[in-house]
Amino acid sequence: MTPLLLIEQCLNGLQFGVMLFLMAAGLTLVFGVMGLINLAHGSLFMTGAFAAAFVARTTGSFTLALVAALAAAAAAGALVEVAIIRRLYDRPHLDQVLATFALILIFSEGTRWLFGSFPLYLDIPEALSGTVMLPGGIAYSLYRLTLIGVGLLVAAGLYVLISRTRLGIQVRAGESDREMIAALGVDISRLYTIVFALGAALAGLAGALIGAIQSVQVGMGEPVLILAFVVIVIGGIGSIKGAFIGSLLVGLTDTLGGVLLPELFALFMPRADAASAGAALASMSIYLLMAVVLVVRPAGLFGVRT
Amino acid sequence: MTEPVLSTLGVCKRFGALQASRDISLELYRGEIHALIGPNGAGKSTLIQQIVGALAPDAGRVLFEGRDVTALDTSARARLGLARTFQVSALAMEDTVLQNVLLGAFAARGGRLGFFGAAVRRGEVRDAAEAALARVGLQDLARARTAELSHGQRRQLEVAVALTLQPRAFVMDEPMAGLGTSGSRTLTGFLDRLRDEAPILLVEHDMDAVFALADRISVLVDGRIIATGTVEEIRRDAGVRRAYLGETAGESGGEPA
Amino acid sequence: MTRETIFNLLLLGALLAVPLYARAVDEPYLVTLATRAAILALAGVGLNVALGQGGLVSLGHATFFGLGGYSMGVLASHAQGYTPLLTWPIELPGTTSMPIVWLVAVTVSGLAAWLIGALSLRTTGVYFIMITLAFGQMFYYFAISWPAYGGEDGLSIYVRNGFPGLNTLDPIQFFGIAFALLLLTLAFAALLARSPFGLALNAARQSRARVQTVGLSPYRLQLTAFVVSGMITGLAGALFADLNRFVSPTMFSWQTSGEILVFVILGGVARLCGPVAGAVLFVALEHLLGGIGDYWHIGLGVILLMVVLFARGGLIGLLAGRASVHD
Repeated sequence: MTPLLLIEQCLNGLQFGVMLFLMAAGLTLVFGVMGLINLAHGSLFMTGAFAAAFVARTTGSFTLALVAALAAAAAAGALVEVAIIRRLYDRPHLDQVLATFALILIFSEGTRWLFGSFPLYLDIPEALSGTVMLPGGIAYSLYRLTLIGVGLLVAAGLYVLISRTRLGIQVRAGESDREMIAALGVDISRLYTIVFALGAALAGLAGALIGAIQSVQVGMGEPVLILAFVVIVIGGIGSIKGAFIGSLLVGLTDTLGGVLLPELFALFMPRADAASAGAALASMSIYLLMAVVLVVRPAGLFGVRT
Repeated sequence: MTEPVLSTLGVCKRFGALQASRDISLELYRGEIHALIGPNGAGKSTLIQQIVGALAPDAGRVLFEGRDVTALDTSARARLGLARTFQVSALAMEDTVLQNVLLGAFAARGGRLGFFGAAVRRGEVRDAAEAALARVGLQDLARARTAELSHGQRRQLEVAVALTLQPRAFVMDEPMAGLGTSGSRTLTGFLDRLRDEAPILLVEHDMDAVFALADRISVLVDGRIIATGTVEEIRRDAGVRRAYLGETAGESGGEPA
Repeated sequence: MTRETIFNLLLLGALLAVPLYARAVDEPYLVTLATRAAILALAGVGLNVALGQGGLVSLGHATFFGLGGYSMGVLASHAQGYTPLLTWPIELPGTTSMPIVWLVAVTVSGLAAWLIGALSLRTTGVYFIMITLAFGQMFYYFAISWPAYGGEDGLSIYVRNGFPGLNTLDPIQFFGIAFALLLLTLAFAALLARSPFGLALNAARQSRARVQTVGLSPYRLQLTAFVVSGMITGLAGALFADLNRFVSPTMFSWQTSGEILVFVILGGVARLCGPVAGAVLFVALEHLLGGIGDYWHIGLGVILLMVVLFARGGLIGLLAGRASVHD
């Protein structure tokens, strides 16, 4: 384990983290403002990825593919919100879970029906392929570096949106007291649809971006969704700042755990055993982190009382 | 001077910029009904929550029967005998009246709740539950679903559940709220007789009830107790009149709004 | 005799009749289906203790299902390979005795439920949902990356566990074991619901404040319910592994958690035999529709959505009317 390798893994962890943030931010925003837990968020991630892959395949343009991802995910989100989600805001969480789980089934099988069971491929665009020389002599994937950039940009953008714009004020007010802002004349329905679509767009963007590194297939969204839940539990539900910090923590823990734990075990175990023991523990590391946070701070690091 | 059954010493609580409780000290003695009144927003709910253990004060202590209970939560204080009723009834709505009281009766026995044996079976616990229901006059409605009860009946049920705990003190949050005149009168009569069993700290807006029942009244304004005394003393207190009626002191008669 | 009780008896009777019918028409796969339904129903009965009685929305019951299954798998694989489980400090052999396997499965899942519950019940409702889901995922990934017991490919078991006095290889006798366990657990769940503990648990579901004010701890009540719930689902997992002679990480997956939750809801949550109705419906649908089209999950999703939006009581709610208040 050289320092160079370590730094590279840190960058990978950072990249993983910011992509997770795109997912988690939408989820936590929807819960903070509307009090709704949405299991179908992973489906929106998948929708973005499939839209991007399809458009990239037909037009050959990655830019168009990204636009398509944002549009498709936002549209799907808005549609679902208007048709189904808005009936669930005042329902118990169980109903929300079941209804959005039903949506997962519909989205997944629907996508499988449209595109088949085999994964689609989305290629990293020419312009972003290849490596970049970073200070210190590390050759790092340009695409991954771009992802980090995009993620940080989105985080900054969200910060500005929430703290400086009118929409942001409505969002923040809505998080504290839903009934009040309705009484003040804010169009709640429209606000909710916008928030939901915004979260969906972020998820779709993440799906498209990740789709280029992994494959685009049905069911790709749920593992990411569950990780986003872990992020939210760690960061505190309703808090975008918490989602950001949480995502970075999770991303780094997962990536670094995967490389460091086998090394740690190799200190007192034969190589082969160390590798598998390390890998097994690494796979649990994020959840153990979550458990530790829960012991110390049941409401998450930046938990907002809802 | 006898020891108070329940008291707060210098309780303070702030929420951000809002100082909801400023150095509040009050006592509840055996055999008395002590009413807590004050305008809306005075901080009565916050104080009650700190007394029953739903909220931790920033500073100050809560003492119950000589013990410092500040660090104990609601259920621990309930086990010590501090019974509470809610402004908006907290009852198991899907259950029957009997089931709600049985819950109290079982809890009062301490020890473990059994996995086997029907909760409603005949026996000591059921007798205790039915006795409590009889005391508040709900025995005929034992099988009714709580959701179908009227407001006043739910109030009575809450009191019945509180009774099963054989409490050492009651904290009642606006028990008259939502009751009509006859309902208020019935409950007033009931509380009057209840004070000998256990003292009552009564938060109330209904001044008829307060003046009829209270041995002493404390007035809470802006998080601070501005006066404590008998009914007569409070009626005459200039500070209280100012707080309720505004500038003009010396207005004739007039109960605080 | 309420309508619900009559329906329950008919339902259980029908399930019991299937293997007998299968024997009559010589269609052995029906026995397997019935056994599968009985075992999934058992898993659902477990979930229902936490969900229906406790009001705890657990999206991670596959954790216990998988732990039960892997308990059986680990014990059996060591037995069939004649290698001991542990050599130090004491030598522990594997086993293929059902009672022992069940005891281990129940203990392991109970312990896991206690740990997970202790952590997650200190938080509010939504966290609980997310945390239970996350822990299921944790075990899933762990099972995939632990090569000793098959990893991603799963573990095949070549022996069927034995029960003293019975020929467990006979499908009908194996069904009998599963069905008997289902009946016993249903009886236990019914007793629990009517007990003082059940009364308090139910009250905690409806109003935490009420329970606290009488001096009880909602946390402890819910934790106990969660542990009992996990143990029952763990038992179902062990049986499931036995039926299929196969364990795989899929037993831990979020899809499995979701499926158990879904059929409990479809059958009627908080109804005693809701899980049975749901499991029977689910297995039937899976068998009938799975043959017709590949995309039957879309249909399932639509049905579920309709039920959630418009028909809260599930199947039993529709057929047996309003739940009778426990008396």
